[in-house]
Amino acid sequence: MSTPKATDLGGRALDVVMGLVEAPINGFERLMGRKRMPYLFLAPNLILFGIFTFLPIAIAVGYAFTGGTGLFVSERPFVGFDNFRQLLQCEDYLRPGSCRESLFWTAVWNTLWFVGFNVAATLLVALVTALILNRAMAARGFFRAMFFYPVLLSPVVIGLIWKWFLDRNGLLNAFLQMLGVPPEIFLLDVGWSRFFVVVVSVWFHMGFYTLILLAGLQAIPKDLYEAASIDAASPRRTLFRITLPLLGPNLLVVLILLMIRSVQIFDEAWVLTNGGGPGTANSFIVQYIYQMAFGSDLRLFGLASAASVLMGLVLLVLTLIQLRLGRKMES
Amino acid sequence: MSQGLSPIAFLTRTRRPGRIGVTDILSWAWLVLGTLAVLIPVVWAGLSSFKPAAEITRFPPTLLPRAAVQQTVPGFDAPLSLWTVDVDGQRREMAMVRRIGLKAQMVDPSNPGPPVSVDVKNMSPVQRLTIATENYTDPLTRFDFLTFLKNSVFVTFVATLLTLVVNALAAFALSKYRFRGEKAIFVLIISTLMIPLTVVMVPAYLVVVGVGLVDSLWGIIIPTVASPTGVFLLRQYMLTIPDELIEAARVDAASEFRIFWRIILPLTAPALAVLAIFSVLWRWNDFLWPLIVLSSRENFTLQVGLNAFQGEFSVQWNYILAMTFLSLAPVTVVFLFLQKYITTGIAGTGMK
Repeated sequence: MSTPKATDLGGRALDVVMGLVEAPINGFERLMGRKRMPYLFLAPNLILFGIFTFLPIAIAVGYAFTGGTGLFVSERPFVGFDNFRQLLQCEDYLRPGSCRESLFWTAVWNTLWFVGFNVAATLLVALVTALILNRAMAARGFFRAMFFYPVLLSPVVIGLIWKWFLDRNGLLNAFLQMLGVPPEIFLLDVGWSRFFVVVVSVWFHMGFYTLILLAGLQAIPKDLYEAASIDAASPRRTLFRITLPLLGPNLLVVLILLMIRSVQIFDEAWVLTNGGGPGTANSFIVQYIYQMAFGSDLRLFGLASAASVLMGLVLLVLTLIQLRLGRKMES
Repeated sequence: MSQGLSPIAFLTRTRRPGRIGVTDILSWAWLVLGTLAVLIPVVWAGLSSFKPAAEITRFPPTLLPRAAVQQTVPGFDAPLSLWTVDVDGQRREMAMVRRIGLKAQMVDPSNPGPPVSVDVKNMSPVQRLTIATENYTDPLTRFDFLTFLKNSVFVTFVATLLTLVVNALAAFALSKYRFRGEKAIFVLIISTLMIPLTVVMVPAYLVVVGVGLVDSLWGIIIPTVASPTGVFLLRQYMLTIPDELIEAARVDAASEFRIFWRIILPLTAPALAVLAIFSVLWRWNDFLWPLIVLSSRENFTLQVGLNAFQGEFSVQWNYILAMTFLSLAPVTVVFLFLQKYITTGIAGTGMK
């Protein structure tokens, strides 16, 4: 737009279009005055937010208290807390089989385990990578870009690439065979498939968190390190006494952000594990919501909404913690 | 790379010149292993996507796409496969007529005489580097992939264009005017950052059905156009544009919209470019929302189509991988050329 390189024809066509767009807007300005213009400029954005973000939020809570299979609220009977009762009724929460909605509790436990391992692994890998990149100044751009590349790929693509890599005839099995290990169908084994869902998630997202942590590391004043080297502090002491404490707030933000995103695991795991398999070993909460509402002919929108509301509450708490931390960091 | 230093310069560089410490070696090993871990699955899928259907499930696999060579031999209707054969201590290339148990009947392809019986132990198939372009052309012609591709391009292009216009207008209002409710509106827009799609997907679907956009490409374009990230990014950038420019234009009796279009928008080009890159990547890769909204095949985007395709043709990995690569290629090209914008755009001001 700033370069005059665009061909004259394209430029002239754009001028014609803009002339047509401009006329009514200028008419509005003459009629309503300059002071009203910001409202006009905000209108498209606010209308879209209103319809597609705020309206759904308003509906979401009410929806959770309705039953039946109708889509519109007017077609749905009010059922009070029935949906929540159905989700939460359980003899022993540790054994999903004893719950009325055993699928939901399986998904909850799978998600909790995934969040635990994924947060720990991603944080560790991202932190180590950021520390190394911060130290080695040269070629940092290359490696930073390399680690960041998967972040830009689509979850479907990542699911398929890894599915092929882990296939019975895939590269990993070929490599294991060279070492004399018998081939394994990783994605049909409960333990291995869970392990690789975490591996793929770390592979997918670690570049993003590395970038945030690296930015935090570079904001640490250099004179602190100079002072440490004058005092002949050991590298380990420097790491634990200067780097990590000063990175602390960033680490906390990354931790919460990671938790918020891990709770919502769906896309890549869905593709990688053929919809949560083997069995329900990799079925997570978002998948449960999706399947209840859209996955089959069940159309249990009320139950799905109730599960959404419960997950939303957890995310809200995490978000509030994050905001509190962010405010603390600023002050 | 972007820093202008090669990996070699990095490798030979140490904390204390002339001494390579343990930490240097470990750091180096970590980065190289990490790079390999990123590249190997992607490159492996890429190489596999060029393998012919018959070769792709061979185990152990070959690294490069290769295929058995076939040749038409006079006197035989179907093309025969070529084999390297040891006959009487001589290595020869022969065509196989048929195989019976542990023996194979072979003929000389250039001079087919009566078939010779050869022990299968003494023969190996002749293979040549083969690029199976049919993996790419078949899905585009025989299956619906051209439709998916067109849909994805349409959605990405239109949604990005609308995202730029709608959010730039809002950012202009929020950065260059003082009006009642300014702060409240800004906070309201930014607060939507905290509402993930996964929490509101059921009622959002209801709304899309209600406004009649279900199972249409507009149903995935319009709800995603207003972006809190976009408003924030553009507003922060527009705040740095001096107000004097606007005052001067007003003195020249320019309309407010003309000021936006002729002055503000061109000056915001760098921030618009960053938002455009992100928008393209978001739309191109989007999966969950299109999966919910789109139900008929002719409306599928590439990601939804790919997911459906892998469910239906789970054994035809040659096609699946080719289409996976087709979806990955534009993102990779964008990244190769614009990685600096993308990484600095994300890291914000903390990055040097």
